[in-house]
Amino acid sequence: MAANRIRNMFPVTPRKGETFELRTGLNSQFAHERKEAIRSTIAAMTLGKDVSALFPDLLKNMATSDLDQKKLVYLYLMNYAKTHPDLCILAVNTFVQDSEDPNPLIRALAIRTMGCIRVDKIVEYLEEPLRKTLKDESPYVRKTAAICVAKLFNLNPSLCLENGFLDTLKEMIGDSNPMVVANSVTALAEIQEASPETGALLVTPNILKKLLMALNECTEWGRVTILTTLAEYKTTDVKEAEHICERVVPQFQHVNPSVVLAAVKAVFIHMRIIGHDLAKQYTRKMAPPLVTLVSSAPEVQYVALRNINLLLQKQPEILAKEMRVFFCKYNDPPYVKLEKLEIMIRIANEKNYEQLLMELKEYALEVDMDFVRRAVRAIGQCAIKIESACEKCVNVLLELINTKVNYVVQEAIVVIKDIFRRYDGYEGIIPTLCKCLDELDEPNARGSLIWIVGEYAEKISNAGEILETFIDGFKDEYTQVQLQLLTATVKLFLKKPETAQGLVQKVLQCATTECDNPDLRDRAYVYWRLLSSDPQIAKNIVLSDKPPITSTMQSLSPGLLEQLLGEISTLASVYHKPPETFIGQGRFGADAVQKRAIEEQQQSARESTAQAAGVKGANAENLLDIDFDGAAPASASPPTALDTMSGGTPARVASPLSPTSGSNNLDDLLGVFDSGPAPAGNNLVTGFEGLNFGGSLPQQQKRSNEDILSLF
Amino acid sequence: MLSGILLFNQKGENLIFRQFRNDCRGHRLSDVFRIQVISNAQVRSPILTLGSTTFSHVKHENIYIVGVTKSNANAALVFEFLYRLIALGKSYFGKFDEEAVKNNFVLIYELLDEILDFGYPQNTETDTLKMYITTEGVKSERAIEDSSRITMQATGALSWRRADVKYRRNEAFVDVIEDVNLLMSAQGTVLRADVNGQIVMRAYLSGVPECKFGLNDRLLLDGDGLTRPSGNKGGQKATRAAAGSVTLEDCQFHQCVKLGKFDTDRIINFVPPDGEFELMRYRATENVNLPFRVHAIVNEIGKTKVEYQVAIRANYGAKLFATNVIIRIPTPLNTANISTRTSQGKAKYEPSENYIVWKIARFTGQSEYVLSADATLTSMTNQKAWSRPPLNLSFSLLMFTSSGLLVRYLKVFEKSNYSSVKWVRYMTRAGSYEIRF
Repeated sequence: MAANRIRNMFPVTPRKGETFELRTGLNSQFAHERKEAIRSTIAAMTLGKDVSALFPDLLKNMATSDLDQKKLVYLYLMNYAKTHPDLCILAVNTFVQDSEDPNPLIRALAIRTMGCIRVDKIVEYLEEPLRKTLKDESPYVRKTAAICVAKLFNLNPSLCLENGFLDTLKEMIGDSNPMVVANSVTALAEIQEASPETGALLVTPNILKKLLMALNECTEWGRVTILTTLAEYKTTDVKEAEHICERVVPQFQHVNPSVVLAAVKAVFIHMRIIGHDLAKQYTRKMAPPLVTLVSSAPEVQYVALRNINLLLQKQPEILAKEMRVFFCKYNDPPYVKLEKLEIMIRIANEKNYEQLLMELKEYALEVDMDFVRRAVRAIGQCAIKIESACEKCVNVLLELINTKVNYVVQEAIVVIKDIFRRYDGYEGIIPTLCKCLDELDEPNARGSLIWIVGEYAEKISNAGEILETFIDGFKDEYTQVQLQLLTATVKLFLKKPETAQGLVQKVLQCATTECDNPDLRDRAYVYWRLLSSDPQIAKNIVLSDKPPITSTMQSLSPGLLEQLLGEISTLASVYHKPPETFIGQGRFGADAVQKRAIEEQQQSARESTAQAAGVKGANAENLLDIDFDGAAPASASPPTALDTMSGGTPARVASPLSPTSGSNNLDDLLGVFDSGPAPAGNNLVTGFEGLNFGGSLPQQQKRSNEDILSLF
Repeated sequence: MLSGILLFNQKGENLIFRQFRNDCRGHRLSDVFRIQVISNAQVRSPILTLGSTTFSHVKHENIYIVGVTKSNANAALVFEFLYRLIALGKSYFGKFDEEAVKNNFVLIYELLDEILDFGYPQNTETDTLKMYITTEGVKSERAIEDSSRITMQATGALSWRRADVKYRRNEAFVDVIEDVNLLMSAQGTVLRADVNGQIVMRAYLSGVPECKFGLNDRLLLDGDGLTRPSGNKGGQKATRAAAGSVTLEDCQFHQCVKLGKFDTDRIINFVPPDGEFELMRYRATENVNLPFRVHAIVNEIGKTKVEYQVAIRANYGAKLFATNVIIRIPTPLNTANISTRTSQGKAKYEPSENYIVWKIARFTGQSEYVLSADATLTSMTNQKAWSRPPLNLSFSLLMFTSSGLLVRYLKVFEKSNYSSVKWVRYMTRAGSYEIRF
């Protein structure tokens, strides 16, 4: 009967006079009718109806001995207190009374609810009950009161400080009950985060001892809090770090994945300063629980996989033997599959790549287009990562090309282009690639094939014909393809001047007179002038040797990685982005991101390793070398430079560093050498042929900028 | 931490909204979630951040359970909590779906109030919660003494057990349940085989019993007999398997198990909760005994016909038998008609799922059965290659463990020193048992 009535409350259309009906019920002389009316009111509240008009009527039902009813009225109060701040004062009396009730459940309920009512008048009355309940004899009430301090701080920090609640909380870390300890730490951690200046949670060796004691006894959720606090504790004492690790390691065996991840985080951070052998031992112990996380619920798995990805970037060897665990199951959700794929590539080494390759080939024949593409890309990443695997990878790619599945072929071509940029000696497969010419309709794939043709023009007898077919539709191509085509034709001309004279003329003519895109036009002009001045210099620039790429995997910059390792199992670690990028409000968030990005850029420039942000400047400086030394530049760039170029660029599009790329004053000029606003960063690099990269200092950017201008 | 918990049905109607912090507006949030997740088929991640609000959602039966956060929250904790909420719902209402939520929304609010405070998870142990959050309601007059006891328990070091449990017969049932996962390639090589095991215990023991639990864990047994000669590694492995010990790759325990003790000397020591609970989970990857071997030959003949030959063989002892063996054999999407012949059991084509279901109710050990089938295909305008999803198996097999795990002993120590009866059962089920062809 009761169930039916509730169910009837759910149709969305409001009935006439419902509020009236409820009010009558709430004021009924019969207890059961009143209770029923309260239930109905809560039901209406859930549906989003405004039942705030019933506030006074509900208040009357607050002083009851029925715990259920009390809970419901309190729930209502929490929701609507703001709309009737003046009436709230009527509730205070009951609250204070309840907080002294002999029943600990009611005491706790009262203090819990009072903290949630965000009305100034109530806050004033909260002081006394809170002080009492913090010292309550029942741990249940104490643990509730501990959280209430955090609520009060959120509402009125000064009141909280004045009353010394913070100090009481600090004392409570030494409570005999582990749950009280956990909640006190939780509350202090929250206050610490909200306003670090209070120094609410400064872990001293003494507190550390208490935390480690409570760790083994409190509930799973409490353990997460304590472990997180332990991870944030900074120690320089090796003995202390060893002690923490020793006490935390048993938590790897906990059934709750969030406890396991929190434990991994704590150990991973403190492991850094302890002895090498011991650290190695802990790393070994870490692997099995991490693997076990992969068999949890898909969403938890996803979080775990993203974190494993981070850990592997720092320590690639932890899971070296566990490749098979990451094989995708057919029914895994797509987000899990993609993540597993990335992890497998990170684990891949000389010993296990054959296994991986077989598996990737299998994936490349599935139906989910996105997944298939990533699988094909993974084959390429595998080839570039492991030299001995390359030949087998190329064979698999050729097999895939033979399947004639459109998107597989296109992705395979893009991947093969990267392989060419890493290894010599695979020119033999070019004819096979050229056969797929008609299948390619994506700019990325077309651009890649054109790059290959241009690069190996001397070995392809019909290179001119191939390019000509593209040039006929020059104006209809994507900018990215046009740029590639331009460069490829110039290369062809430099390699076979006699056959390509007409072609290059045609392309340059078309690019300079008929195209509106300034990037394209400017690049054409640069080439034109180069060619018309001295063909030898042009050759030196356009056909110079390029350093091979070393990786096409996306990696985070060391600084960011380090920061994210401190955020394990949080949202930041799932997104692989610092927390400022997605929390905080609007403009504030963006500013913080920009600031960080600039700092990072400056730092990377200082270290003169061309990190993602430094690359553009690097480009300009080396240009300086080429033009004024007149000779082919020595490839002085560290290998990481290209690494970041190829693999790092797509990461940069998604990463918070992107705002800086817009602020670079070299932008317009860069268009000449850059493949413009290339949507797919992977191909960006092909715009740089003939140039080398090296580290640069920001102050030199301006100079090189002018130098280049004077060139014209 | 969590700013709110929302429950939705499949249409995107908000069933439950409980706000824990002041930083979110319920009804706007539910609109956003409805538009961005429920009616957006493109969603590929369970976590979505819009502005500075993060939605973490889990789907169960026909409802969405959503955790809303505004900070850089602990994502693993949020999901684990949502799953815990589902488990709680299931144990309270039998089923946690739209109907259960609508019928029990008051109780759900009560539960949420108890298990989350200011967005921080509190005690989520079902047994403890059931003591004071009930469908009947606790009258506070009679409950004052009760309550102090309850609250002591809800926060105590043994938050999972009452002290005054009494049974006339002291019994403990131990169920070892293994899910065996297999991925086999078309060539018949095992790409991946592992076992996810779970030990479920039903303890009906009086007082506060201390239990000691022993398995044929290799590390432990090795520790006992250190005198084993060190031979080559492969040989050693074989002798170990013969000696009947198992390498547990990883174990995880219920919070009642003293983890420190396990870490130092691999002894499983605990005070069990009353009634049923999951004592531990483990994972084993070495020497996995596969109960079934499947051999499938699938030939695509032209574009209109596919021929199947599937043979399945039971590898376990002839005295055992598996029940409910179901083999799902995928068919191309454009299958028009299928004819099947089987040497045992029944085979049926399920057009909506695109596979042939072959059911064998009782599968005796060491026997072998065959299915042959022909699928006729309709011709399609865009002939796309068939992706050949793997064939998959489900079964349950009693008195058999794939990993070879055995319970060696379960000792119960209690002050009153009563004697207790213990029962052990073993079962192996199919986890993800996939065979490519």
